[in-house]
Amino acid sequence: MSDSLPDHTPLLDVQDLRVAYPGREGGMTEVVRGVSFTLGRERLGIVGESGSGKSQTGRAILGLTAPGGVVTAQRLAFKGSELMHCAAAERRALRGGRIAMVLQDPKYSLNPVMRIGAQIAETLQVHRPVSARAARAEVLQALAAVQIDDPERVARLYPHEVSGGMGQRVMIAMMLIAGPELLIADEPTSALDVTVQLEVLGILDTLVARRGMGLVFISHDLRLVSSFCDRVLVMYAGRVVEELASADLSRATHPYTQGLLNCLPQLDAPRHPLPTLQRRAEWLA
Amino acid sequence: MTAAALATAGPPVGLQASGLRVVYDGFVALDGVSFQVAPGESFGIVGESGSGKSTVLRALCGLAPLAAGSLSLTGAPGLPPPGSQAFRRQVQMVFQDPYGSLHPRQTVDRILAEPLAVHGIGNAEARIERALDDVGLGQGFRFRYPHQLSGGQRQRIAIARALILEPQVLLLDEPTSALDASVQAEVLNLLDALRARRRLTFLMVSHDLAVVTHLCQRLMVMQRGKQVEELSAVDLTAHRVRADYTRQLMQASAGFRRAGS
Repeated sequence: MSDSLPDHTPLLDVQDLRVAYPGREGGMTEVVRGVSFTLGRERLGIVGESGSGKSQTGRAILGLTAPGGVVTAQRLAFKGSELMHCAAAERRALRGGRIAMVLQDPKYSLNPVMRIGAQIAETLQVHRPVSARAARAEVLQALAAVQIDDPERVARLYPHEVSGGMGQRVMIAMMLIAGPELLIADEPTSALDVTVQLEVLGILDTLVARRGMGLVFISHDLRLVSSFCDRVLVMYAGRVVEELASADLSRATHPYTQGLLNCLPQLDAPRHPLPTLQRRAEWLA
Repeated sequence: MTAAALATAGPPVGLQASGLRVVYDGFVALDGVSFQVAPGESFGIVGESGSGKSTVLRALCGLAPLAAGSLSLTGAPGLPPPGSQAFRRQVQMVFQDPYGSLHPRQTVDRILAEPLAVHGIGNAEARIERALDDVGLGQGFRFRYPHQLSGGQRQRIAIARALILEPQVLLLDEPTSALDASVQAEVLNLLDALRARRRLTFLMVSHDLAVVTHLCQRLMVMQRGKQVEELSAVDLTAHRVRADYTRQLMQASAGFRRAGS
């Protein structure tokens, strides 16, 4: 893999990505049905309800599709090199090293029997030959970068000893320590309180901007995504139904996007009953 | 009992709590919380995790031990005292996570039959059918297992289970936070309609200010086991808030804003 690519090569190029799982009565059920997008060093949001295939898209990019799932794509390229034909070892080296993923709930995604410092150091040591002492120094730096006041103390704690917001910051520190170029964040703040949510997003925002990473932000919260990302893909039943710049959200044309925006209760505009989403069969086509 | 008797379950009932205190192993989860909910009113409790908002609900329905304080139903003579079985029938709770609050190995039919059996209420057949109709699920759902239902459908079952006892007070612990935005709207509309039809009193906990103000006329903001502020939904929408913490919550619900913009 070469790093001397010209700048206009997209960080990530996805064409006609499909993920299928075997159904109960034989046959395959497609959960992602031909998703295409390219990503530069920008923040891209993927929005949709549960079952829309947004997380499956993120997992397929990393090669973390559950066993039994079949991933096909015309093109799935990271910095110009095709991922679909990569050897497993090569994919593994990329994962966590140059492409990293932040998962939803720190309670379930951190190793419960390993101290926080050791977990973060593990990520680093897998991807780079560093001495234990150097790793430790970097771990403390990474914890400080996600605005943890007392990194020394937190590094000695176990995941159950920290709050949800702190756990998610630890997760972000762990994902960023190997210096990835692409970060996939799958509902990184959905398990957190609203006030903590903003803190964590603020940290993520500065780190992404400072390091010039590409970010894929997966969430069901259209408003949050549009306030955080530059561009938004709206997914429904495994397809991208609309792509728009965050600023143009109010000009969304697809009825599903409009419905998603409309059905949220608003502080300054009470409506009883709330408009609900009327799903139409033709959206599935 | 006839269908007409099922539909009208008496006058609305309110709730009064004063000086509620809950202590777990020396940790004060609730510290002197007092409030009143008028009969038929809808009252919201807002706060971050660990603020004690769910503990209030748990204390009300007897799931958390009260170290001090008193609580009683108001609005009609001869209402049952807390702790009695009749009180528990009047005050029912809907839990946050419909994935965790329904027994995974029981059918919807059994889930709905259990509260009836516990309270010795007959005519289960008709009541279960009616409860399913009330929450907008048909009879086709009666013999399904929870894993065969979507999140929104499960939450409807949880609501049906609470309502099947014809309570006057419904305690809602983040009833929509595990649901998608599109499904959330449906469940909120259902709760709205049920409250109007049955003249229910709601106590709803949420961390989402927009959801709380949608359903509640008055709300209480909590932080670290204490009440910080009590205000009306109208005050909140007009940004007439006193406590800094409430203001913080309001900013948070407006979405992410990049530093310096």
